[in-house]
Amino acid sequence: MINKQDKQVLSGTHFWQGDIACAEGAIAAGCRFFAGYPITPASEITEHMAKRLPEVGGIYVQMEDEIASISAVIGASWGGLKAMTATSGPGFSLMQENIGYACMTETPCVIVDIQRVGPSTGQATKAAQGDVMQARWGTHGDHEVIVLSPNSPQEMFDLTIRAFNLSELYRVPVIILADEIIGHMWEKVHVPPPEKIEIYNRKKPSSFSEPVFGGVGETEIPPMPRIGDGYNLLITGSTHDKYGYRKTVDPEVHRKLVTRIVNKIRKNAEKIIDVEIQNIENADIGIVSFGCTSRSVYDAIELAGREGITVGHVRLRTIWPFPEKIVRKLAEKVNFILVPEMNLGQLVYEVERVAGCEAHVKAISKIGGGEMITPEEILSEIKRFLRRRAV
Amino acid sequence: MTRIEIIIVGIGGMGVVLAGRILARAAAIYENKEVVQTQSYGAEARGTAAKSEIIMNDKKINYPKVRKCDILIAMSQDGLKRYLPYLKDDGNLIFEQSLVKDIPKRKKLKTLGVPAIEIAEKVIGNRMVANIVIIAAAARFTKIVSENSLKRAITDIVPESMRNINLKAVDEGIKFLKSRLRQANLPF
Repeated sequence: MINKQDKQVLSGTHFWQGDIACAEGAIAAGCRFFAGYPITPASEITEHMAKRLPEVGGIYVQMEDEIASISAVIGASWGGLKAMTATSGPGFSLMQENIGYACMTETPCVIVDIQRVGPSTGQATKAAQGDVMQARWGTHGDHEVIVLSPNSPQEMFDLTIRAFNLSELYRVPVIILADEIIGHMWEKVHVPPPEKIEIYNRKKPSSFSEPVFGGVGETEIPPMPRIGDGYNLLITGSTHDKYGYRKTVDPEVHRKLVTRIVNKIRKNAEKIIDVEIQNIENADIGIVSFGCTSRSVYDAIELAGREGITVGHVRLRTIWPFPEKIVRKLAEKVNFILVPEMNLGQLVYEVERVAGCEAHVKAISKIGGGEMITPEEILSEIKRFLRRRAV
Repeated sequence: MTRIEIIIVGIGGMGVVLAGRILARAAAIYENKEVVQTQSYGAEARGTAAKSEIIMNDKKINYPKVRKCDILIAMSQDGLKRYLPYLKDDGNLIFEQSLVKDIPKRKKLKTLGVPAIEIAEKVIGNRMVANIVIIAAAARFTKIVSENSLKRAITDIVPESMRNINLKAVDEGIKFLKSRLRQANLPF
């Protein structure tokens, strides 16, 4: 008989593709349900989960489409399992309505979007970073989600574990916003022993009378029961009170509920935000980056250093909630901030908002064919802006 | 070891991506190098251009794409034409000699034509392993990874039913290189 415990965490050094590392991170985090519909460049996650989940006693279901996939994931989560789905742009668009349902019903779940060139079917096999705003605002109405951005197969593993922990802790959908470069890239991944991996599991109610949709402070998270445990459970996407009763006209109930599901993320933002910072104290110019593009930035920083230019860099491992404090700090230190991204301008507007009058913010945009922004292209923009300042 | 950049190019279905994975795994896991492998293919399953890019280094690799390659392995004429500008003047060009006929004349270029499809079909009995024949010859020709590491990587990732013919393809690729170098009076 297979010892299911042994197969949960494959400790050791592997040569994995980003997509595989993501699937393994999920399993290590305790994910035992995956529903999905294959789509390039996320198909390898689906494929790997189909192979691996039965080995650890989990359930894999290939659904008829992405709407069904996210629905099944939400259902499984209420059934008590940690659940995930993976897709790319077109499928992510289909999932948006139910991501809102997961926000409103406070259902922990993880959604992976391996970005490809859009809009629509675009260029299916090529990388892009065009879903930054969709990840934040794709579903309608006031809501907050958490969006993580890995830049290597190692981080596909590490951040998938973190995604599950955050989603269990805050009862919120967590989106892993990767891209084709990172999803399809093969690189070494170090998997620690199981005892070194921190796992958080959702809090359960202590009695059948405890409210599960409120009744807690603004920054606190109500406990979550499991269907089948005997709790009289009402789960609805309509506005509801702390016990789950629909209240579709009462303004106060709506204000209370939606303010709380927004503030549980906003007011805990500093605990959620995770950034990598390079030399911002004595920077000549700043860069804010995320995902595969950040790998070009590392090399650009080195090239600039050889020419005596110090580049301050904030690399976002969490894109949403947006790390306002650190970006504002960068803006106070420099005159220019560049935002390289494989789209025609998305994150740049957020950086601009936060930088205010402190710094000029400019996008370095590139789209099509999956072509990355190169370190040389970033370096030449750095030099162009520094020259401008000299004039 | 300094940074080595490799492009393998061919047509979807030839096993260009798998060949890249095997080379990359051999270097990463069995020779303990830092390796990044990326791939590029069309939306169609077969018949469009396919490319595998590998970067090896002793230190961490950031930008994961090839800019100027040291080694170009071409399994299609179109692929060669498209990626030749990426090859360094003194780089290595290894090509499948029944598919790539038009070879650039560059003085410093080191070239090696391999009849990989013929060897795969006639000696091994399966055209599918031509990709392994050519990367085995290329790996030895350029000394990027050892024969042993290649074989271990194949054993790890090729399904059992295909394993033996893939391992034989490594032997045959190296055997071919040996005879070719002997003909040219070069050391093996």
